[in-house]
Amino acid sequence: MIKNIYNLGDAALYCDFGDTVNKETNLKVINYFNDIREKNIIGIKNIAPSYNKLIIYFDLELTNYKKIKDTVENLDISTFESAKTKIVKIPVCFDDEFALDLERVEKEVGLGKKEIVNQLISQKYFCYMTGFIAGMPFLGDIKEKIRLDRLETPRVKVPKGSVGITEQFCNIYTFESPGGWNIIGNSPKKIFTKDPTKLTLIDPGDEVEFFEISKKEYSKFNEQK
Amino acid sequence: MSKNSFKVLRPGINTTFQDLGRNNLYHVGLPFSGAIDKRNFIIANSLITNKEDDAVLEFAYQGPLLEFSGSQTSIVITGNVNFKIIKKDASEIKGECYRTYNLNNKDCLDIISTEKSVYGYLSVKGGFQINKFCNSYSTTVRAEVGPNDGKKIEIGQTIILNAVDSAIEKSLEYLNSKIEFIRVIKGTNFDYFSEDSIKDFTSKDFIVSKLTDRMGMRLSGPKIKNLKKTNIKSEGLGKGVIQVPADGDPIVMLSDHGTIGGYPKIAVVISADYDKLAQCPPGEKIKFKIVNLTEAENLYKIYTMETKNIINKIR
Repeated sequence: MIKNIYNLGDAALYCDFGDTVNKETNLKVINYFNDIREKNIIGIKNIAPSYNKLIIYFDLELTNYKKIKDTVENLDISTFESAKTKIVKIPVCFDDEFALDLERVEKEVGLGKKEIVNQLISQKYFCYMTGFIAGMPFLGDIKEKIRLDRLETPRVKVPKGSVGITEQFCNIYTFESPGGWNIIGNSPKKIFTKDPTKLTLIDPGDEVEFFEISKKEYSKFNEQK
Repeated sequence: MSKNSFKVLRPGINTTFQDLGRNNLYHVGLPFSGAIDKRNFIIANSLITNKEDDAVLEFAYQGPLLEFSGSQTSIVITGNVNFKIIKKDASEIKGECYRTYNLNNKDCLDIISTEKSVYGYLSVKGGFQINKFCNSYSTTVRAEVGPNDGKKIEIGQTIILNAVDSAIEKSLEYLNSKIEFIRVIKGTNFDYFSEDSIKDFTSKDFIVSKLTDRMGMRLSGPKIKNLKKTNIKSEGLGKGVIQVPADGDPIVMLSDHGTIGGYPKIAVVISADYDKLAQCPPGEKIKFKIVNLTEAENLYKIYTMETKNIINKIR
């Protein structure tokens, strides 16, 4: 369960679920997140789940660290089902125009473009968390053969829709943003929808599959504009 | 009946609609956003007798130049702001903050600049005709979310005001004060940093850099040395969290911050001092002081009490 609870400043509770990043730990985080949300605990303003941490922000005018800590410690979360998840299929175009770091990736991992793409699209990914920028999914784990470090100097602007890999993860830049992941493709799919009833296509706990599209197909259903 | 409206003749540098912020969306990557200086936001709406959570226009450094059309409206500006009202007959009234003004058809409101501070607020009696997104009027420009399609106010656009019948006459004697220290609580990675660097962090001056906006405030000063590791597993961030990347220059997360980050957290600014920190313009010197959780909680109680006392002095 939760290994340690600390305060993050005076208005947040920092729950640590352990050092390792894997699906099992992350599912615990997601279960806690869902449970706390459903309970509508007085004073809780926001909850941020990540790989192995859960940060709970509260309103200092209504409650305090001690009260929220007691509440969270006494939560009875015994059923660790893998929540209600769905499979989301995401089109990706790997054309040279979008694959900004492909050459670097080819050199680092010692594989050709076709093989790198095949490695990426041949499996389903688990969504650990969404955030940094609105709707950005952190997906894993990618095949060991195509793992590499992030760029030494991050880009000031990564184009919207870019699909990147780093270490055991891949992601989609839902908005133009600074960033240091290795960009190997671009998706025309709008992930952050702005529909208040369903803000994002991909939620933590979901499964994501990529499929390859040509540049022609890309321009046909470009939703990013 | 013609609607009351403002025509934007100059948008200002970073003018957006804001309220108290948007809750419960960290998990999709949306930060709280909202008015950076909460106290001045609350005072603005109180002076103009709006609801506490009505939207205001927040501006930074240089504010907008607005031409009013309609019968009449009441406005107030809070912060430390240099502004004037240019009447239809070209006569000028020098504006005072914390005092309401009535605008008549074709009067212009020229919000020239914020003085020795960053943010100022314009509240209009009755509020603006805009829609909430996920229960909030706040704008998060980076995610294109909020009123005005999630964008900053642009030149030439028209801002529609809600109709009001009565003029407001209120004022307040108030001066924004500076504090000697920005008080912080130790962060979750406090022990990653060298003893000397902790000493520097709590005794030396840090200067607010030009690379500062609603997302974050970069500081320069003595380099903070990390002894353990310069990257952590990406995790949630919050308003006031101070991260130290590998280059050793601290970054304070402000209201529009990225919701996930992977740099060690040396400290977190206490809630009571957030407004004052965020109002420090580039070039200003800052000193940090560590307090414990109980002290921070008490200081926040004092902060809320002070805000209430200020509101009670409105005449």
